[in-house]
Amino acid sequence: MIKAILIFNNHGKPRLSKFYEHYTEDTEQQIIRETFHLVSKRDENICNFLEGGLLIGGSENKLIYRHYATLYFVFCVDSSESELGILDLIQVFVETLDKCFENVCELDLIFHMDKVHNILAEMVMGGMVLETNMSEIITQAEAHNKMEKSESEEQVSVGFLASALDRKQRRCIVSV
Amino acid sequence: MPAPIRLRELIRTIRTARTQAEEREMIQKECAAIRSSFREEDNTYRCRNVAKLLYMHMLGYPAHFGQLECLKLIASQKFTDKRIGYLGAMLLLDERQDVHLLMTNCIKNDLNHSTQYVQGLALCTLGCMGSSEMCRDLAGEVEKLLKTSNSYLRKKAALCAVHVIRKVPELMEMFLPATKNLLSEKNHGVLHTSVVLLTEMCERSPDMLSHFRKLVPQLVRILKNLIMSGYSPEHDVSGISDPFLQVRILRLLRILGKGDDDSSEAMNDILAQVATNTETSKNVGNAILYETVLTIMDIKSESGLRVLAINILGRFLLNNDKNIRYVALTSLLKTVQTDHNAVQRHRSTIVDCLKDLDVSIKRRAMELSFALVNGNNIRGMMKELLYFLDSCDPDFKADCASGIFLAAEKYAPSKRWHIDTIMRVLTTAGSYVRDDSVPNLIQLITNSVEMHAYTVQRLYKALLDDISQQPLVQVASWCIGEYGDLLVSGQCEEEEPIQVSEDEVLDVLEGLLVSNLSTPVTRGYSLTAIMKLSTRFSSLNRIKKVVSIYGSSIDVELQQRAVEYNALFKKYDHMRPALLERMPIMEKTATNGPSETVQTNGETDSTILDTKHLPSISQPASQANDLLDLLGGNDVVPIIQTTVPTKPASAGGELLDLLGDLSLTVIPPMTAYNKNGLIIEFTFERSNPNPNIAVITIHATNSTEADMTEFVFQAAVPKTFQLQLLSPSSNVVPAFNQGSVTQVIRVLNPQKQQLRMRIKLTYTHKGSPVQDLAEVNNFPPQSWQ
Repeated sequence: MIKAILIFNNHGKPRLSKFYEHYTEDTEQQIIRETFHLVSKRDENICNFLEGGLLIGGSENKLIYRHYATLYFVFCVDSSESELGILDLIQVFVETLDKCFENVCELDLIFHMDKVHNILAEMVMGGMVLETNMSEIITQAEAHNKMEKSESEEQVSVGFLASALDRKQRRCIVSV
Repeated sequence: MPAPIRLRELIRTIRTARTQAEEREMIQKECAAIRSSFREEDNTYRCRNVAKLLYMHMLGYPAHFGQLECLKLIASQKFTDKRIGYLGAMLLLDERQDVHLLMTNCIKNDLNHSTQYVQGLALCTLGCMGSSEMCRDLAGEVEKLLKTSNSYLRKKAALCAVHVIRKVPELMEMFLPATKNLLSEKNHGVLHTSVVLLTEMCERSPDMLSHFRKLVPQLVRILKNLIMSGYSPEHDVSGISDPFLQVRILRLLRILGKGDDDSSEAMNDILAQVATNTETSKNVGNAILYETVLTIMDIKSESGLRVLAINILGRFLLNNDKNIRYVALTSLLKTVQTDHNAVQRHRSTIVDCLKDLDVSIKRRAMELSFALVNGNNIRGMMKELLYFLDSCDPDFKADCASGIFLAAEKYAPSKRWHIDTIMRVLTTAGSYVRDDSVPNLIQLITNSVEMHAYTVQRLYKALLDDISQQPLVQVASWCIGEYGDLLVSGQCEEEEPIQVSEDEVLDVLEGLLVSNLSTPVTRGYSLTAIMKLSTRFSSLNRIKKVVSIYGSSIDVELQQRAVEYNALFKKYDHMRPALLERMPIMEKTATNGPSETVQTNGETDSTILDTKHLPSISQPASQANDLLDLLGGNDVVPIIQTTVPTKPASAGGELLDLLGDLSLTVIPPMTAYNKNGLIIEFTFERSNPNPNIAVITIHATNSTEADMTEFVFQAAVPKTFQLQLLSPSSNVVPAFNQGSVTQVIRVLNPQKQQLRMRIKLTYTHKGSPVQDLAEVNNFPPQSWQ
């Protein structure tokens, strides 16, 4: 089971944090800081697996991370997940983000945090891997976005209609 | 009120903040605006506000006031609102807030919504943070969705079912009928999540496990299709067709095949096929191979397959990719118990990994090396391990040192080699050695009788070089104290004997006493060593002077020792030689070795694994008033007590045989104390030849329903008597009279007066400490007349 998914930059600022187990807000922030500490100390050509920090379950949980340019993608998993498999999962996640945002960079993650959460929700649910097929995930995410867009268009057109009706009524009143 | 700013604006503003304080200010302002907007119950902008709140929550600011708003969003009809509402619920709410139960109805409605995306959202949220109450209410809906033909919903329902089972295990049977045709799906997403669901059910219940064993052929077929099918672009990851699904199926096969011959046989072919056909150039292929290897090791596979698996692991070890090597070392560690010989073949590669730069790899390699040490390769391995000890990080040194000690103990080819190895470890990593290794080493040295001279000589030389490593110093001073005469007489056969005079030895020991580098424990050791030399050396005056100086030392422990030794010189000089004579060979009955870092090869030494209780050494020190209690004071070498055999009588028996043998004269036992469920009974023996000694054995039993821990029994007698309390058998009195604590008291009664005793009991019962005093006056006359 995946316990947490964290994305933070080289200075430790969180760009995405999703916990699949219950922690208080303070603990969550501490976990982010602790994980950043552990991961940033690692050299570039060292393996990508670490024992988890004390707050997140100690030696029973592993931190599997990948460093892309300015961002660290860290998955905290327990022993039931395959380490190499999770590495691949991180790769698929990043490639999906890349396709959705067109050459994704850190700014995309900052300004579209909700979209990133939605994409993640299509991949991992309740700490378990839901879907790994990139095109499938992208299709679903785009369908969601389309629904949202159509709703907001409706709203705009309804508002427009309402204000048009409003003006007509007023003219009627005036004319009468 | 102006429209609240968009999320994007907020983020841009926050990013312009240059200090933490500025950021905090901006956020507080925005929070206030959001709060007033919530109060106005504004529907249009609620979703925007909650989105901003979630962003601020991620940065670490409190956002609990948005919880109810999330609920309102979920209840709205618009998809946009629902989306943000559910996201907020997943991030902000959890079981501990009562608010989350209000969601249950909304989720129920949404699970039956006409749009699949809304249903998907509801399933997702339930699967992430559903509490047990929610799961109980909604399990029926989830089960219905598990049977739907819509693959998008089916896969989500499967994972949601896993979450429900985790929260409420009793509901597992409910999902059983729905799983019937899960595996016949074509959609890989559904297949994947179904396998996860099946795995969860099999792990939780052995009945399910046997029920699902019949699915093995189907799983094998799916796996075969995956491998054999050509390139399919949608599931391809680096040239391999849906590796995630392959890995999941392999894991489920592992669980189904464990311990079951038929299933294992059905899987043999496909496992061999996967193992040989998978491409290993990329991480993906290696992930599958890794999973295959783990599966092969766990099921009852044929030996050819197992050898294949270990060879794959061996190949992994030579791979350039660190991750692969790490993974290989981890799995070899798991398999070394069962397939020891096969792993031995890769020993040289593993030993090379000790020199790797990566810390995680080094640690794994070290653990594996210890597991691989056996009688044949001990010399070679030890050389490598000692070299590793020299150069490794301090975090490793303690574990490595303990591992080396353990391995050396088991497989040492000769005593001399053993002692050399120990010396080497003490000199290189002396300060990292565990505290309990010191007594173990001392015992080892005592037992190798012919090596005493050699050992003490080498230790003396090491002391001359360096006195900063405490364990080394402690062992050395103990040895010099015991075998100082051998040192001075220059009797060593193994090595060139050195010429050392008594004064030089005493100089070194006194140097330890005054040095700033010595800890109080070390000082205690060296003072005792000096004292022991009083019977082995001839410079008595010097020793007397040292001892009397420390009689006024600030350190209480040193002072007590010095005072007692002084008294030994003055009043009890006739007893001194007997007290300070050579220690007898000690039997090893319990090991305090660090067996958690080193995996044994299944060869258990029966003497090492004997688990008798260890006596509490605080007992003797805290005993009443008596100088004869020097002896409950193996206080001469306090730490050794923990490895000394625990038969209470023998603790004092050898060295203080002044008090004579025990003999049996029948004296009726009596109950000395009976309160609060604790009963203490005294049984008596009079010893011959000295009829003034009564030996009382106390038996403490506990008839309450909770154990009494940290049980300490103390006794005091009037001035005309002398009392000696030996070590108790344990300090836990088990509940319901399941066992008893015994302890021996020796009472010297030269004036034949009526025996009276005051006893004090302290123990912890049900978490609270209890203390009690009592007087025992009803001793049977035969015990003291």
